[in-house]
Amino acid sequence: MSLATLEQAKQLGLTEDEFKAIETHIGRVPNFTETAVYSVMWSEHCSYKNSIKYLKKLPKTGSRVLAAAGEENAGLIDIGDGLACSFKIESHNHPSAIEPFQGAATGVGGIHRDIFTMGARPIATLNSLRFGKLEDAKTKHLLKGVVSGIGHYGNCFGVPTVAGETFFDESYNTNPLVNAMSVGIAQAGKTLSAISYGVGNPVFIVGSDTGKDGIGGASFASADIDEDSAKDLPAVQVGDPFQEKKLMEACMELLETDCIIGMQDMGAAGIACSTSEMSAKGEHGMKINLDKVPTRQDDMLAWEMLCSESQERMLVVVKKGYEADMIRIFDKWDIHCEEIGEVTEGDNLEFHHQGEIVANLSADHLVLGGGAPVYDREYTEPKYMEQINAFTIDQVEEPKDLQAIAKQIVALPNICSKSWVYNQYDSMVGTANASTNAPSDAAMLRVKGSDKGIAASVDCNSRFVYANPKVGGLIAVSECARNISCTGALPLAITNCLNFGNPYNPEVYFQFVKALEGMSEACVKFDTPVTGGNVSFYNQSPDGAVNPTPTIGMIGLLEDIETRMTLDFKNEGDLIYIIGTSRNDINSSEYLYNIHGVKHSPTPHFDLQEEFAIQKAVRDLVANKQINSAHDVSDGGLFVSLIESAKERNLGFDISYKEGIRKDAFLFGESQSRIIVSVSADKQSDFESALGTINFEKIGTVTAGDIKVDGASWDTTEDFVKPYALALEEALA
Amino acid sequence: MKFGVVVFPGSNCDQDMHDALKHDLGQEVEMLWHKDQDLSSFTTDDCIVLPGGFSFGDYLRCGAMARFSPIMQSVIEFANKGGKVLGVCNGFQVLCEAQLLPGALLANDHQKFICKNVFLKPESRSSLITNKLDTTQAYKIPIAHGEGRFYTDDETMKNLVANDQILFTYCNEKGTADGDINPNGSIQNIAGITNKAKNVFGMMPHPERATNDVLGNIDGRKFFEGIINN
Repeated sequence: MSLATLEQAKQLGLTEDEFKAIETHIGRVPNFTETAVYSVMWSEHCSYKNSIKYLKKLPKTGSRVLAAAGEENAGLIDIGDGLACSFKIESHNHPSAIEPFQGAATGVGGIHRDIFTMGARPIATLNSLRFGKLEDAKTKHLLKGVVSGIGHYGNCFGVPTVAGETFFDESYNTNPLVNAMSVGIAQAGKTLSAISYGVGNPVFIVGSDTGKDGIGGASFASADIDEDSAKDLPAVQVGDPFQEKKLMEACMELLETDCIIGMQDMGAAGIACSTSEMSAKGEHGMKINLDKVPTRQDDMLAWEMLCSESQERMLVVVKKGYEADMIRIFDKWDIHCEEIGEVTEGDNLEFHHQGEIVANLSADHLVLGGGAPVYDREYTEPKYMEQINAFTIDQVEEPKDLQAIAKQIVALPNICSKSWVYNQYDSMVGTANASTNAPSDAAMLRVKGSDKGIAASVDCNSRFVYANPKVGGLIAVSECARNISCTGALPLAITNCLNFGNPYNPEVYFQFVKALEGMSEACVKFDTPVTGGNVSFYNQSPDGAVNPTPTIGMIGLLEDIETRMTLDFKNEGDLIYIIGTSRNDINSSEYLYNIHGVKHSPTPHFDLQEEFAIQKAVRDLVANKQINSAHDVSDGGLFVSLIESAKERNLGFDISYKEGIRKDAFLFGESQSRIIVSVSADKQSDFESALGTINFEKIGTVTAGDIKVDGASWDTTEDFVKPYALALEEALA
Repeated sequence: MKFGVVVFPGSNCDQDMHDALKHDLGQEVEMLWHKDQDLSSFTTDDCIVLPGGFSFGDYLRCGAMARFSPIMQSVIEFANKGGKVLGVCNGFQVLCEAQLLPGALLANDHQKFICKNVFLKPESRSSLITNKLDTTQAYKIPIAHGEGRFYTDDETMKNLVANDQILFTYCNEKGTADGDINPNGSIQNIAGITNKAKNVFGMMPHPERATNDVLGNIDGRKFFEGIINN
């Protein structure tokens, strides 16, 4: 085997220091294949080398945590009665920027694999999508491709897409963000682990053949996107949801047998990653014969096989003597199942190909937590903070015709209905999505065979994180929890997808470090530990970095799904309250950003104690059946939330302004910690006394369909729903 | 009577169908693997269901591969003996490919997959599946398909009408055909049909997604009740 040169190592993405560290560790110059394996394992994507120092500071423990962050393919949370919920979010940003359809499709496939590798059956997908300005032709191309790719994979695989967010901002013009989350249910104690041990136990590769697609995808995801990135097209994988469906069913049957030691999905860095991570975890080695790996094309080189990211593959370590059980199941589903090696003593990975040992490396030295490098990058407060801090509300003149502004706001790309997107996803397969006919702030999922409901939400207002990374991080977690609390469910745990620019830029790194500080503080307060996720750096082009976007995926639990609360107004005459406080605040709102064009302003008002208190109050009100609807005030402000609550049953609202604050701030401001509830008139006094010391404001009543603001007629709900419903479709026509 | 639900490798509504029939409607249900052929435990009182999903990935025409699964020969024989067969969504596509039902299901006219609640108007009550339905009512049933545009030639269409084989059409919530009610461009707004002998039923909408109280819609129950009580 030819020895690698420094030049080659650099081309593969390793630094000179890293190459030297490898040479020192193995006591010789690595060959090309070995260097290729190191390059993918030590890429940002697999090694978390620029983030792990701070990821370790996130709160990870809790009484319900069965598998903590970094321990397994996905987090696992105890939901009682012998059941567990496995969930995780992951990015597929870079592939989607180059090839939106396959990039997004394989993102969905990859995250589901992480869940069913745990032994959990996925019951729902959520996604968080961010694109550039909607007017741009490129954005339309990316949006159409991404949505159709997600639909293609998820619809065929048969897991419903139940919730998500679609956000447009010029910071994502070159780098769209495609984050997909999967939620699955397992029997506690009957889950699988990504581990390998037991000398002589056979190692199998199952699923699709290994091809040249996605070679070095992990390295590709660890670089900025520029004009040459289209040349990286082979680094984008191609998905086959039918194959994955069969693979999942086979794995579910495997779970019923007693033959498995461990299993890991082949996501980033393929065979190299799964063999090394499973071996390092089980403190054993492996001897693998690459000649036995089923390949899609002839003459694949050893490094290509090791680094290929062909989809729908798993590495499975089986107890010796149980091979036949395993083969029988995979034969039933017509899936390839090849024995490619065995578990060995020590921690060496020995890869054979065509009679030669092509790589001989220590598993532990390759992996995160073992020999993979850990860096601490410098960070400095971004310069743009000066502009942000210079803003005051007095710089914006209050418009005269607020009704006209309201009509504009409901049709803004970030506010309008996303039905064009979600109608392309099967949202009901599995008959577990209880939100189709009863919408709430978080998706509500039946856990079949029990009375339980799982609430799931995905959220991040990246504009807030840009304005103040720490407060933005606090709000991202809190808003997710607020969505869950509005259903009556108790927030349990989070997964995160940390999308940032280039970590070598100190201002970007500042955003990263501070956002994590904020997230940590909120997670501790809500007792929602971080159970995993991923980091996506390098969402950066020559135009700059994307808005810092730590997307939060959260699950919550409702012991009895029948007690859940929905967001829609129920009856004409019900009283409308805000739980929380209206403030004279338009900071970082859609209204300020897109109507007035003010791109720099601080985060809106936020106080963690206040937030925690109003959420608890709402959960109690739901439990005690004292309210008829609950919906939080978020993007677009109070007016948009009222329209959303009114439109489901073609009702309306009659509201009054609050003394002492600007009318535009009252209607369109996005100050945090506010939840709109509706209450039957005969429960008014019970409701108000139940709130005790919590601030609340009675703002009006539900009407039959008319909208009245401070006595003035603002037409009907329908007049706002039309532009709201059609804006996205018209923009894409 | 009992139900048999066929499981193709890419079926993904098989378990939903099982749950709806067993848990929501209290029926006996047997799951049938597509590689098996034995339907000897089923009589013509029973009903075989071909569920929704992507039977073989549907990279070719939907249902084109599934009709060659070993069990389909038995299903065809069962239907020809007068046994009841229901195909939902992909199952409807398989029934058309297997020529147990006339016509074909083409790509939606807007070329996109679509999933949402739609309303169905029963066109007649002469079939088991429609005889518990009220022809003046609109039933809310979900759809989820990329290729659901029912199409036939004129001659076949004439026969469908003459033999009262059109089961349901798409409508609005008031039960009329006004406005933008057709979700896929199907001919004459057709959502489901039966064969000449009226023992084989095909429909694009998913009644099994509308049988459970927790899901907030039980309009689908009546579709099954017609089959169960006869």
